[in-house]
Amino acid sequence: MLSSNIKGVANGFPLLIEVEKVVEKQVDFNEDFLRNLFVKIEWKALVEASRTIGYTELPENAESSMLDSDEFLRKFHHALVELHLEEGALVCPESGRKFPVNKGIPNMLLHEDEV
Amino acid sequence: MKLKQLEGLLGSLDQFENPKIELEQYPTGPHIASRLLYTAENSFGDVEDKVVADFGCGCGTLGLAAALLGAEHVIGLDIDTESLEIASSNADDLDLVMDFVRCDIRNLKWRDRIVDTVVMNPPFGTRRKGADMDFLFVALKVASQAVYSLHKTTTRDHVKRTALRDYNAVSAEVLCELRFDVPQLYKFHKKKEVDVAVDLWRNDSDDDHEDDHDEEKSKVGEGAKDEDEDEGADMEELKKE
Repeated sequence: MLSSNIKGVANGFPLLIEVEKVVEKQVDFNEDFLRNLFVKIEWKALVEASRTIGYTELPENAESSMLDSDEFLRKFHHALVELHLEEGALVCPESGRKFPVNKGIPNMLLHEDEV
Repeated sequence: MKLKQLEGLLGSLDQFENPKIELEQYPTGPHIASRLLYTAENSFGDVEDKVVADFGCGCGTLGLAAALLGAEHVIGLDIDTESLEIASSNADDLDLVMDFVRCDIRNLKWRDRIVDTVVMNPPFGTRRKGADMDFLFVALKVASQAVYSLHKTTTRDHVKRTALRDYNAVSAEVLCELRFDVPQLYKFHKKKEVDVAVDLWRNDSDDDHEDDHDEEKSKVGEGAKDEDEDEGADMEELKKE
């Protein structure tokens, strides 16, 4: 959902991920929330991101009918809200600029010449 | 959750250790924070099960209040690492999950309107003019539903006009007037504690609007230039609280 905001970068989404450490947090399952978000997110980007941080259970393609499957919802929930990049970096797909992630907080601040 | 209970929990949060005046870091008191979120939830249903972003979250008070009232996902954004770390430990203390991103709100770029509601106590622009309006501009671009924001009462007319005319808000209403108590935080504060009159605003966001980035970019930074213009304006308190 975050995209690269450097001046002159046209296609800053999705950001690539460099992993140093991933943590899992247990979060209560909320079906309505997942249904809501499903229509808003780019599925391929989520699949790629999950894969990079080591979770490969998500199907390549997804459509709204799959939201009736509890198994699918559980996987979606896990990938979306329970897996966190604790240490590493987000990388702009166009410029290669790295945005470091420390203690789970991505630093998207730009240098003066990037604004 | 009862209002008093919410206020009590927020009162237990850690606040800025070394507040930075250039960022206008003033803690959002539990009184104001609890009322802002309580109104958003109980009068408008803008919190529970929603994705909420806290712009300029500082130590996370507003965002955590949203999480306590059942927001499904909360994201806190701030430019200051120290604040984000305090906010993150506040979240841990309350056993709440909240995501944080370090960024300059003015340069924030988000794909799609994933965020439903933005809550914020922006810098009022006493150090950098128009800082609060810059926040509001971006918030209205990001939120699919509503933006709750605090602004100095003296800028009421300016906020309303700018939100409706330049920022494409569908509506911009003052929900109530509150007292923002400013404790003696910085050396230049001569009095022990002062009250500043602030308005709690609800701006309805235009979800379907296709933003024309370039045209609107020029509007950022226009600032609260007609501050004080409406001295003596009707200060009637609305009864939404």
